[in-house]
Amino acid sequence: MNGVNLILRTLHHGEKHLAGQLTAVAERHRTEHEICHVAIDLAAWSRGHVLRLAETADARGVHLGGSSGAHTAGVLSALREKTAEAMAHRPEPGLLLLRDLRELHLSAVENSLHWEMLAQAGQAGRDERLLALVARCHPQTLRQMRWTNTMIRNLAPQILTSL
Amino acid sequence: MDETGTDEAGMDEAGIHASVDRIANPWGGRTPYDRHRPWPTRVDSHLEAGVAPDQVQRWVQTASILHSDGDAMDVAVVDGRMVGVRGRADDRVNRGRLGPKDLFGWQANASKDRLTRPLIREGGRLVECDWDTAMDRIVARSRELLEERGPGSIGFYTSGQLYLEEYYTLAVLARAGIGTNHLDGNTRLCTATAAEALKQSFGCDGQPGCYDDFDHADVIALFGHNIAETQPVQWMRLLDRLAGGDPPRLVCVDPRPTRVARRAAVHLAPRAGTNVALLNALLHEIIRTDRVDHEYIAAHTVGFEELASGVRECTPQWAAGICDVPAASIGEAADVLGDADRLLSTVLQGVYQSHQATAAAVQINNLHLIRGMLGRPGAGVLQMNGQPTAQNTRECGADGDLPGFRNWRNDAHVADLAKVWNVEPGSIPHHAPPTHAMQIFRYAEQGSIRMLWISGTNPAVSLPELSRVRSILRQERLFVVVQDLFRTETARLADVVLPAATWGEKTGASTNADRTVHLSVKAVEPPGEARPDLDVFLDYAARMDFRDKDGGPLITWHDPESAFEAWKRCSAGRPCDYTGITYDRLRDASGVQWPCHEQAPDGTARLYTDGVGWAHPDVCESYGKDLETGAPDEPVEYRSLNPDGRAVIRAAAYLPPHETPDVDHPFQLTTGRTVYHFHTRTKTARAPQLNAAAPDVWVEASVSDAAALGLGEGDLVEVGTPRGALRGRLRVTDIRPGLLFVPFHYGYWDTAAGYGPSGGTPGRAANETTVTDWDPASKQPLFKTAAASLRLVERARGRHAPAPTTTASAPSRTDAAPPTVGGAAALVAETTDASHDTGGRNIR
Repeated sequence: MNGVNLILRTLHHGEKHLAGQLTAVAERHRTEHEICHVAIDLAAWSRGHVLRLAETADARGVHLGGSSGAHTAGVLSALREKTAEAMAHRPEPGLLLLRDLRELHLSAVENSLHWEMLAQAGQAGRDERLLALVARCHPQTLRQMRWTNTMIRNLAPQILTSL
Repeated sequence: MDETGTDEAGMDEAGIHASVDRIANPWGGRTPYDRHRPWPTRVDSHLEAGVAPDQVQRWVQTASILHSDGDAMDVAVVDGRMVGVRGRADDRVNRGRLGPKDLFGWQANASKDRLTRPLIREGGRLVECDWDTAMDRIVARSRELLEERGPGSIGFYTSGQLYLEEYYTLAVLARAGIGTNHLDGNTRLCTATAAEALKQSFGCDGQPGCYDDFDHADVIALFGHNIAETQPVQWMRLLDRLAGGDPPRLVCVDPRPTRVARRAAVHLAPRAGTNVALLNALLHEIIRTDRVDHEYIAAHTVGFEELASGVRECTPQWAAGICDVPAASIGEAADVLGDADRLLSTVLQGVYQSHQATAAAVQINNLHLIRGMLGRPGAGVLQMNGQPTAQNTRECGADGDLPGFRNWRNDAHVADLAKVWNVEPGSIPHHAPPTHAMQIFRYAEQGSIRMLWISGTNPAVSLPELSRVRSILRQERLFVVVQDLFRTETARLADVVLPAATWGEKTGASTNADRTVHLSVKAVEPPGEARPDLDVFLDYAARMDFRDKDGGPLITWHDPESAFEAWKRCSAGRPCDYTGITYDRLRDASGVQWPCHEQAPDGTARLYTDGVGWAHPDVCESYGKDLETGAPDEPVEYRSLNPDGRAVIRAAAYLPPHETPDVDHPFQLTTGRTVYHFHTRTKTARAPQLNAAAPDVWVEASVSDAAALGLGEGDLVEVGTPRGALRGRLRVTDIRPGLLFVPFHYGYWDTAAGYGPSGGTPGRAANETTVTDWDPASKQPLFKTAAASLRLVERARGRHAPAPTTTASAPSRTDAAPPTVGGAAALVAETTDASHDTGGRNIR
């Protein structure tokens, strides 16, 4: 079962990474209100996944440790927020926003594929606990993907035709 | 004031004629009636002092535009002047009754400070000019922007207070003429969640129930709906039922001690932003006790299992902790809702403008779907509107959906619309959802929208976070056109101001919250050079020379009636089908409820009497959205989830609000309204009786919070959030502890500052403090979930809060403030004589 532990570890890292990315994007695009508020909500989903992954791994004797990817406010976040406010009237951050949404989407896709692998392994090994974990978390990852995709679709026309 | 009996105070012994101070008693006298009986007629009228009824030369038919009730009335005209109003006895909506805003608001039309000439900005100042100069400037800027930056650089922000013909014309010229996706209404702030919740549950917008359901229901649940103040005439109907035989039981969800709360069998006052938790607990209890209609669920819905499993853990005890409401009260409310024989629910801003707006509104639809409480007299849902003609903004496609509730993601719908307009489908932007108002302002902020045409609304007072809104409107690079009656806060920031005519000065149709279509007929001339909004839009379209695909004019109509006929063609075959309605039919008759067509020539009282008709994948307006992220569901998914077009039961989990109280901002803050004012007071503050009843902003706090801070009635306090602050005098009420309330009506046009706080004028508008955040599904901004501080600025020293004592803002200690009265100027004649049933008809 070392393979499953490996994916648990990779996904634990991937969800922590996505939570951090979502929080950073919320700060960097503080003046894009819908992005900012929804990204914070979605970061909470990923932090929840991190905790549940750690619990499942613990039960398997694997200690993933570390924080849940919870964000600690610091100089960097304050700086991001202030920059966003200073740039509120500029069009250029639009391009940066599209890039950030693309990165979020790709991270979520990566996580989704790992959830898929866990689900398949759970099926093969009849591991109810693993299947329950995937059933609980993977739908939210798919919703994260859909949201980033939607925001790109909605915002790209205005951003790209106005520069 | 039922408790004190003053409702009857003005009635004479015969109980036929009465003269009632309708400021002191906004709802007038009672005409009690029994369940399942028709609501008796009571004709309210108010004429200018010195004018007797027999001096009135003409009575001209209209409907109120100062709330969403759609009260039908006649305007009294003497020598080309409005001199009063009278309710229309034979109208299905109000049966002759009028609310205080209807009775006194008409006086604003003749205000001396109406805009009478266009204004343009020259050297930083607004100066008068003629129409050609103003329109030429708008056309030149439009052409320049289309040339240099494309159609996405032009945006339109309209209203919920114009007429159907005006929205439709605007929708055609914006979408097919300019070709922009950026057209929305201020209905985004008041009714977007109603529309979205209906789309989520029923696949399509369209009010399921109707006002007559008030006559038949045995339980009426009001969710965040202070009906006594937002739709006072329907509250009169409820009061009359409460006074009659077999009265309904009321369930009230509201954090304030509203009149509704005081008459409710169960009153729940939850912590702000927790509606979904409360509703999930109510659904939990109803499902747990199996008070569900399994047959209805099987025949007409999909998704019940998901809901049942979603609320399985949502016990009243769980919700009690989140909502700060006793678990026993939640259980009691669930019992009343679950035992109802005919349940009517109504929903308004306490849900729509709060956290998780659409998710909560949808749970109320779910309550009716699982109980099978739809499509029968007394069993229905009223997802209310905040504004008089918001329904028209929605159906005409001026607020973010395509006209006729067409689905922008369904190519067949776009092609059908293109056929109606005789344009290529590709020339109607549908590559992304129509841009919502908050995003239009964001695009203007960030510089990609360079021209913003604002008609009939005042965003410099009504949008959240006003310092930001002012900074957007003040930008040099943004060309702002404002079309309004008065020099509003927003008009003061404009580059071009166009003087508009209003109701009574123009003709048009409007549709209220229960789909009733009324005709408003021009009674008097507009002041000076002011023009109907329709004429302005038609003039702009002609000057821009918009063409259809064959080179003919895009807009083929020229007056209200021909615009209405054009709209009928666009509405044909859609849920809001108007093809059976004509101006002639609406004259001298009661309003008619759409859909009205060959198969339903008398209109339609209730939708969904026989299953859910507009959710089929081929006809639905929307395939649904993720309630938490707002991401739309894919057509193919919707088709597989709901191939037969049933109602969709969508579950939603509770999420904590984005802003919660902390040490610096220990209170929750909610904004709202009073019965005496509408929106940003541009009209109601110019009616002396209404203005005197609530002349300035105030702040409500609970008895325990005031005591803890050593504050009392009339103290000048400051409410602050990270966005800004406002000052007002304190009213100590029975509002839920921990919550502050500020009415949102007050701005700056009647202060020295003009459009915003400045040196001598502190913040006065509630929206100085509100947060820029919106519901991800409906895009409706949140006005009811902020964290705030409260501090003393100055002791009352005998002053009291300028807040009415007659309503939800009543002081906790009745002797804390003098009672709100209107005196002789506010006396209104109320006639309940049956012979007056014809009084409203023999007139033109």
